[in-house]
Amino acid sequence: MSSSPPEAGALPAVTSAAVAQAPLWQAAPLTLVLLGFFVFPLLATAVVSFWDYTEYALIPDFTFRNYHEMFQGCADFSAGGCTTLRTYLSTFRLCVMVWAITLVLGVAVAYFLAFCVRSDMLRMALFLLCTAPFLTSNIIRMVSWVPLLGREGAINRGLMQIGLVAEPLEWLLFSEFSVVLAFVHLYTLFVTVPVFNSMLRIDPRLLEAARDAGAGFWRTLWHVVLPLAKPGMVIGSIFVIVLVMGDFVTVGVMGGQQIASVGKIIQVQMSYLQFPAAAAQAMVLLGLVLLLIIALTRIVDIRREL
Amino acid sequence: MDRPPGFWPLALLFGLFVLFLYGPTLTILILSFQGPEGGLTFPMRGFSTHWYGKLWEGLGVVDIWAAFRRSVRLGLVVMVLTTLFALSAGYAFRRRFRGQGALFQLTIASLIVPSIVVSLGIALEFRLIDDGVKALGEAYGIAWITEDYATAMGLFTSGLGAHLTWTLPFGLLIMFAVFNRFPGNLEEAARDLGASPRQVFQHVVLPVIAPSLIGVALFGFTLSWDEVARSSQALGDLNTLPLELQGLTTTVTTPDIYALGTLTTGVSVLVIGLAFGAVQLWRRRDRCLAGRQAPPS
Repeated sequence: MSSSPPEAGALPAVTSAAVAQAPLWQAAPLTLVLLGFFVFPLLATAVVSFWDYTEYALIPDFTFRNYHEMFQGCADFSAGGCTTLRTYLSTFRLCVMVWAITLVLGVAVAYFLAFCVRSDMLRMALFLLCTAPFLTSNIIRMVSWVPLLGREGAINRGLMQIGLVAEPLEWLLFSEFSVVLAFVHLYTLFVTVPVFNSMLRIDPRLLEAARDAGAGFWRTLWHVVLPLAKPGMVIGSIFVIVLVMGDFVTVGVMGGQQIASVGKIIQVQMSYLQFPAAAAQAMVLLGLVLLLIIALTRIVDIRREL
Repeated sequence: MDRPPGFWPLALLFGLFVLFLYGPTLTILILSFQGPEGGLTFPMRGFSTHWYGKLWEGLGVVDIWAAFRRSVRLGLVVMVLTTLFALSAGYAFRRRFRGQGALFQLTIASLIVPSIVVSLGIALEFRLIDDGVKALGEAYGIAWITEDYATAMGLFTSGLGAHLTWTLPFGLLIMFAVFNRFPGNLEEAARDLGASPRQVFQHVVLPVIAPSLIGVALFGFTLSWDEVARSSQALGDLNTLPLELQGLTTTVTTPDIYALGTLTTGVSVLVIGLAFGAVQLWRRRDRCLAGRQAPPS
């Protein structure tokens, strides 16, 4: 497979000018949608982040007010730093926890599917079983934790019945715990699928060779399987990191509106119609996420994986 | 039988993972049939369809069925456009064209830029458009603008665009996977027999990739049906069902929200089922045609 944009099964060259133009027309709808609803909006965000505003209107300008206000007091650590910095740290903390858990769990599940299931039919069936929830509502999947984790929920009842705790545990729901749990519930799939895809390409004979050479399970995993599955792990990591860094829905619903996140700041500023402030916040978030992605893609060439 | 190393612990983990994935959803499925006196948690106080009845009457202030219909309409439009645009772009990517690399990177970027940023951007874009239109209307005294115009934002303008930035990358990636495995010699044979590009597409390519297109359509509908983050700022006044649901999570204290949740999951499952059924039917049709053309043995 070629490395630059996938073009397998390429057709033989056709010389007619009309036909040579055809791909441009065929790609036009996609291009237009992305220009209109992705490129221009991002440009608008970049521009407006330098605008001034009042309660009613946006005022075209070139001011650093929004960025300035965002980082006001950030250097003053004695006062605990600024809200922005604290929020970023708390979002980052969530991100690292979720990333670590989804990566381990996702790789384990993918490993089981790729190497422990013998029949192809069963493998596909189990794979679909793991991916089907992706096509159902995230909100509902979050809501469904409520009857399990709540004060009166099934888990608290169970724990009290067997006498492990006297009082219901408060930290099960609307806490950092429930937020992380929901993220893992929602996003492990984003690691499992690309890692599974990478693992299916590993020649099983390599594993046999490792075993014949005397390597145990862990050594084989560490020196053979994981290096070859790295591209999938990187792609999965990008998904999880981006989804968590920009999240405001899960944090809102599962955190009981008590956990701070960058996405929520943006959402709140939008609801107060402080567009330029939200735009500046969004630009910083975007910049940070892009840096993370660039760092990760240094490890792997994504396009080769398709 | 000789199991690979680590089989049993991993099998156990996998089983727990599946339980983890489906357990909560099954819980609310059960609790949605809570008796009229029952609450948001176990125990079940009787078994009834009381809360579905409540849901049918609507949930108080929120017109849930209007949101339901809006989501279905938007989902169908997104489904059709995603399938058409992804197919067309995927077909284009099989040959070299100018800006190919840039378009590919843009598509991937659209997938991985945080949704809140995209949503905010679209809201800003439309805000700027509105300001521009209003300024124009006042400058030239255009009556319908100064009197009636409110916003260009809406379900099928900004909302549709927001959904497409999310569904199209998935659609295109599926098309890549499909065309990477496409037997190119079929097309060559067709061309050698004198088929025009259009005929090749219509009679050779399309029938082969049809089942995958059903997959793209499935993604298009379900991703749109459940979308929250990108729609959140980009819809204007009228919300889709998942957004209404998000609002309900903080206000509703009775099991009717479970009934609604079970219903939305039901729609997703129904669509997945229909897609699978369609793929099966298509395959059977293929086998059937192949059987008819096979020489008698």
